[in-house]
Amino acid sequence: MIRRHGASLAGRIAWVVAGALPAAFLAVFFVAPVANLVLRGFHDGGVWSLSGFTEVFSAPRTWRILAFTLSTAALATLLCVALGLPGAYLLYRCRFPGRAALRAIVAVPFVLPTVVVAVAFGSLFNPGGLLGFLQLKESFIAILLALCFFNVAVVVRTTGSMWARLDPRLEEAAQVLGASPRRTLLTVTLPALGPAIAAGASLVFLFCSTSFGIIMVLGGVKYSTIETEIWYQTTQLLDLRAAAALSVTQLVIVSSTLLVSNALERRTQQSMRLRIDDSAERPLSPARDWFPLTITGLVVALLLVMPMCNLVIRSLRRDGQWSLENYANLATTGSRGALTVPVWHALWNSAWIAAAACAIAVTLGILVSLVASRRPRSPLGRRGISLLEGAFLLPLGVSAVTVGFGYLITLNRPPLDLRSSLVLIPIAQALVALPLVVRSLLPALRAIDPHQLEAARALGSNGWQVLRRIELPHLVRGLGLAVGFALATSLGEFGATSFLSRPDNPTLPVVIYRLFGRPGADNYGMALAASALLACVTGIIMAAAEHARPKGVSTW
Amino acid sequence: MFTSMPTRSSSTRRVTAAITAAIAAAALGACSQPGTSSTPVPGAAESGSASTSTSLTVVTHDSFAIPEELKARFAEESGLDVTYVAPGDGGALVNQLILTKDAPLGDVVYGIDNSFSSRAVEEGIITDYDSPALPATASQFDAPGLTPIDFGDVCINADLQWFEKNSMTVPTTLEDLAKPEYKDLLVVTNPASSSPGLSFLLATIASEGEDGYLDYWSRLADNGVQVVQGWSDAYYTEFSGADGAGPRPLVVSYATSPAYTVSEDGAESTTVALLGTCFRQVEYAGVIEGAQNQQGAEQFVDFLLSDDVQASIPENMFMYPVTDVDLPQEWVDFAPLSKNSLTLDPSEVSAKRDTWIKDWTATVIG
Repeated sequence: MIRRHGASLAGRIAWVVAGALPAAFLAVFFVAPVANLVLRGFHDGGVWSLSGFTEVFSAPRTWRILAFTLSTAALATLLCVALGLPGAYLLYRCRFPGRAALRAIVAVPFVLPTVVVAVAFGSLFNPGGLLGFLQLKESFIAILLALCFFNVAVVVRTTGSMWARLDPRLEEAAQVLGASPRRTLLTVTLPALGPAIAAGASLVFLFCSTSFGIIMVLGGVKYSTIETEIWYQTTQLLDLRAAAALSVTQLVIVSSTLLVSNALERRTQQSMRLRIDDSAERPLSPARDWFPLTITGLVVALLLVMPMCNLVIRSLRRDGQWSLENYANLATTGSRGALTVPVWHALWNSAWIAAAACAIAVTLGILVSLVASRRPRSPLGRRGISLLEGAFLLPLGVSAVTVGFGYLITLNRPPLDLRSSLVLIPIAQALVALPLVVRSLLPALRAIDPHQLEAARALGSNGWQVLRRIELPHLVRGLGLAVGFALATSLGEFGATSFLSRPDNPTLPVVIYRLFGRPGADNYGMALAASALLACVTGIIMAAAEHARPKGVSTW
Repeated sequence: MFTSMPTRSSSTRRVTAAITAAIAAAALGACSQPGTSSTPVPGAAESGSASTSTSLTVVTHDSFAIPEELKARFAEESGLDVTYVAPGDGGALVNQLILTKDAPLGDVVYGIDNSFSSRAVEEGIITDYDSPALPATASQFDAPGLTPIDFGDVCINADLQWFEKNSMTVPTTLEDLAKPEYKDLLVVTNPASSSPGLSFLLATIASEGEDGYLDYWSRLADNGVQVVQGWSDAYYTEFSGADGAGPRPLVVSYATSPAYTVSEDGAESTTVALLGTCFRQVEYAGVIEGAQNQQGAEQFVDFLLSDDVQASIPENMFMYPVTDVDLPQEWVDFAPLSKNSLTLDPSEVSAKRDTWIKDWTATVIG
């Protein structure tokens, strides 16, 4: 009987194969290209040398960039936590009409394409824009606000889903014993939420410290981060030694953040099981909840909705009048040879590339999640599984330029000379989407009570039956969200795509970027209209995905 | 109990099969989408020896634009299956070609300008080709190995209406720009990220000398010069003479820009290029060393010099053609070239460009 708990040899081989397939994908399309390029930076004319480090770190500019990257990310993280916590309470602990819609509004910015957000914030803060009088163009504050726009949802989501399941009896006990609501919050609720807050915060820190598009467009000439500096050193100077030193530095920062985030997330998931499943929601009471209500109202209205509304309004105006001309122009190639294909054609490209990227990312994501949700007895097996899980998060922390230039020197011989092939676009996008897909699927699997699995096995189910009857149904619950994330990420991806797309087959973000950089009111108007369109499509996909979000599972 | 063993192992096989099928489906899904990817992978086909003579990969900077009908005509007349790749701006283009010289990205390149030409040739990414289509009049632009396709001047542009309204004299020289009466009036672009910005930096080096240009720039900085990231930001957001109606009446742009600010009646332009502040920019095409289809590459260079393509260049890429074709009337009237534009030795530029940009950044941005 006991033997049955251990997997058979064939079973083990199947799991190894299931893990090896995505690992091979990662090795060919990520690890090899990146390692190839970075190693060139340390291998100078036949000799290994670390001179890149000494050179880079003796320049005051590097330290300034490093300090700016870390301090911006830290400040944005603090701000996201401060603004997100009241929202988490409101959206996950209180019941009120319109909550689902509000949750969707908060969730959408996270997946909006950086190009669109940069255009939206740019048109808000430019002289002549709605907030032009604040003179915040190319300012530190504009960058901070844009980073918060993207990431406040991460805090709301990670903390909120935990808060929703926090045992209300703890707080009730504290209040019965005479603690004020404020004291209860500070001494009981927040400490209990600690791991969830910290996990969300470390994710936000990760996204902020690797942000590229926002800094490029809103940062002007004054502000650079490690990510933009890697882009500059690689594409403009071809200083691979400096770029390699910076890439390694960024990788160290990102991996340590990931380690912290993963450790905290695991604690969250483990502690989840200890709590009751009943919902602790209560009806919203304006008298009691005025503080979170006000903060969240302001965040949603000013930070999230205003920039997007401003974008839509600007896209509907021409020469000071309401007009659909910008949208009508989407059927053209812009003025003065701005584009080689009409914008609708780019939307079509985006659609099929997103479908392909989604198919790849979700297939690999399912395999990774199934393997990563095993609970092997041996420490070696557990170590291997957490390594696999961590490895798939790494693409979040490596610059798209490093991957793109890595492709140029790695996938350069038949049968893998894919450099001018469109197939690389969905592959690269799938790499970017995979971490989000895994993070959507894995919690659903990890939330399965281990006793349920044990019981099933004890009652005679074999591994395949357990997989089919218990694990796959759980996995399917997370699938809608995973598909949504994969589609939205692919639709908005710009960094890698701008390298790999060809002029005759651009995607929508590439077209928007190009229109934005070409002269003429026609082209600018089309950039606004195309941005509004892309935001709208992404928003609908994410709203649907939010709707399909598994209930009672602490996805992020 | 033991009877379950075979079942288990066969079920594992089924799992494996299911997974393999899923992967295969995903891979098929990636390849069988409608669109060009359903055809054989161009990059792979082009590297295969069997198809060398029927396909051509053209690598350009991301501002390359010629009318689609001309591209189609070239494909038809040459019988080649042409793939266009545009991996970045001028600098990124050359750097990618250098990085990939062991296995070239394509057969022919367009968009290397005179600040990168020398580097491209020194790095051995170009193979010599003298196009018979190049007229003798274009010999002034000659660069070893490369073929000039178009050229232009990067100059300071002034908003004439602004100067008239404020009863001020329009500046004429680089020296004028550092004078106190023109304080806070100039906007330039970052030479590290913008090609007109780099051209203007080179203009100041050509004029003030390698010893003097940093001093000149610190005087410009003291005089309130504004630096923005890209040309469209400078011209359309900060410059007072364009659609954006920004605050500054002096901007780094092209000698041809005044042709696009002509008044309704077509009598005059509201802006002017200061022809004493211009740097000459020339854009080249070349056959890539190690090209799979050298003959096709040479045909493409000749095609870029054909009358139809040359005549399309002003409207699509805002540059002057190198051959003797008719120019748009507004260009003839309002976009004269500088007669004494500043130049630097391309080999000096390629050797020192990175240092100059770094020193400039340290002086102006800090």
